Amino acid sequence: MSDIPSELLYTKSHEWVRDEGDGSVTIGITDHAQELLGDLVFVELPNVGDEVEAGADCAVVESVKAASDVYSPLPGEIVAVNEALAEAPEAINESPYAEGWLFRLKLAEQADLGVLLDADAYRALEDAD
Amino acid sequence: MKKTVLNPLHHEMGGRMVEFGGWEMPLHYGSQLEEHHQVRRDAGMFDVSHMTVIDLQGERAKPFLRVLLANDVDKLKQRGKALYSCMLNEDGGVIDDLIVYYLDDRHYRLVVNAGTTDKDLAWIGRHAAAYQVEPYPRHDLAMIAVQGPLARGKTLPLLPEALRDAAAGLQPFQAAWTSDWFVARTGYTGEDGFEVMLPETEAAGLWRGLHAAGVAPIGLGARDTLRLEAGMNLYGSDMDESTSPLESGLAWTVAMEPAERGFIGRPALERQLAAGVTRKQVGLLLTGRGVLRNHQKLHVGEREIGEITSGGFAPTLQQSIALARVESDAPDELSVAIRDKRIPAKVVRPPFARNGKALVGA
Repeated sequence: MSDIPSELLYTKSHEWVRDEGDGSVTIGITDHAQELLGDLVFVELPNVGDEVEAGADCAVVESVKAASDVYSPLPGEIVAVNEALAEAPEAINESPYAEGWLFRLKLAEQADLGVLLDADAYRALEDAD
Repeated sequence: MKKTVLNPLHHEMGGRMVEFGGWEMPLHYGSQLEEHHQVRRDAGMFDVSHMTVIDLQGERAKPFLRVLLANDVDKLKQRGKALYSCMLNEDGGVIDDLIVYYLDDRHYRLVVNAGTTDKDLAWIGRHAAAYQVEPYPRHDLAMIAVQGPLARGKTLPLLPEALRDAAAGLQPFQAAWTSDWFVARTGYTGEDGFEVMLPETEAAGLWRGLHAAGVAPIGLGARDTLRLEAGMNLYGSDMDESTSPLESGLAWTVAMEPAERGFIGRPALERQLAAGVTRKQVGLLLTGRGVLRNHQKLHVGEREIGEITSGGFAPTLQQSIALARVESDAPDELSVAIRDKRIPAKVVRPPFARNGKALVGA
């Protein structure tokens, strides 16, 4: 049974989103996603300052098994990336919701958190997988 | 899906099961990276019962194998000695790669890949009839590979007593056996160790005994990164029926001498040699950031000069490595197309790692 914190929001493509309450969100991949991928060995992050559309592939996480795109669920500007992952991609396996965060996004005006799933909806999706 | 006799133990030990060559097999038991390091540093065990043991018996078993295989079983002078060989089609393409053990002049034992077993048996059967040789697949046997610096020491006490001294004295690429157990000092990891063939009914006992001795179960994921670091080819990725051994890094396994030995595929290889072999296998080390994967294209400037046949992250090197097939004149500095980028890589000579140590590095 994977860990799905109730205070976060989720996407169908297994990203999590934390509303920082200041017009920005932090994004990572879920416990379920890291479990499916296996040991992470490489992470490619966007550049700070990049403008991203909702649904844009803006990061890549690679495990021993495969490469997987990470999508920005919301439009905005990249304001921070988790540089520590370059040296320690395993942080995503060990702590997907904390040390394993990927990037922070300053939301565009039209960004709508309402398109995201809550924890219950995400759990239902995972159970159906 | 087919299941080996150890399948319930894989589930019991937390194996993440996947389909492989028609079999339900463990990919890993939690962490592929930890399993990889376990084998390089200590000892791990692999269920390789999905591979097929084929006994070949008959007065003319040896002349038959000298025609069937690209390597020459006449090199096997000592009972129990093993030889790695390709089995070629008439065009010089690789039907399979295998290990052949010399038991005596009228009895050899082959170990072939799981996914190729049906076509191998059909091919061997078709050519064996003329030699009155009977290929006999040993579906009654399980096979466990125990690999790592401590593997032999942890395995020996668990072998039948009658086999223990002989197994302890084995040289690399040599086997000993009783009526139903067979122990070879061979493997697919670049580490010391044994491959043990034994009656299916006794396999779970050995697996549990090894586990109790501190030998960890290892899945197919780490098996692949271990063999890649060891520079060993994987059938279906690094060579297949569309490639000859000469362009797959396997020329060393083809015995062109003596010239009068007319093995299957020889005329095709001679034609290829006369015309010049246009492609070769190389090892690659990624010097930029990323992970090499199968089928990524290789470039020199704008010219595409080859493709990765096996790529991945090498846990012992903490860097990405690959086997690739490139044009014969490819230089040592290349670039790899990874998504929309070109990342630098350099040609290195495999193996990348062996006996616990990295042999190449940036």
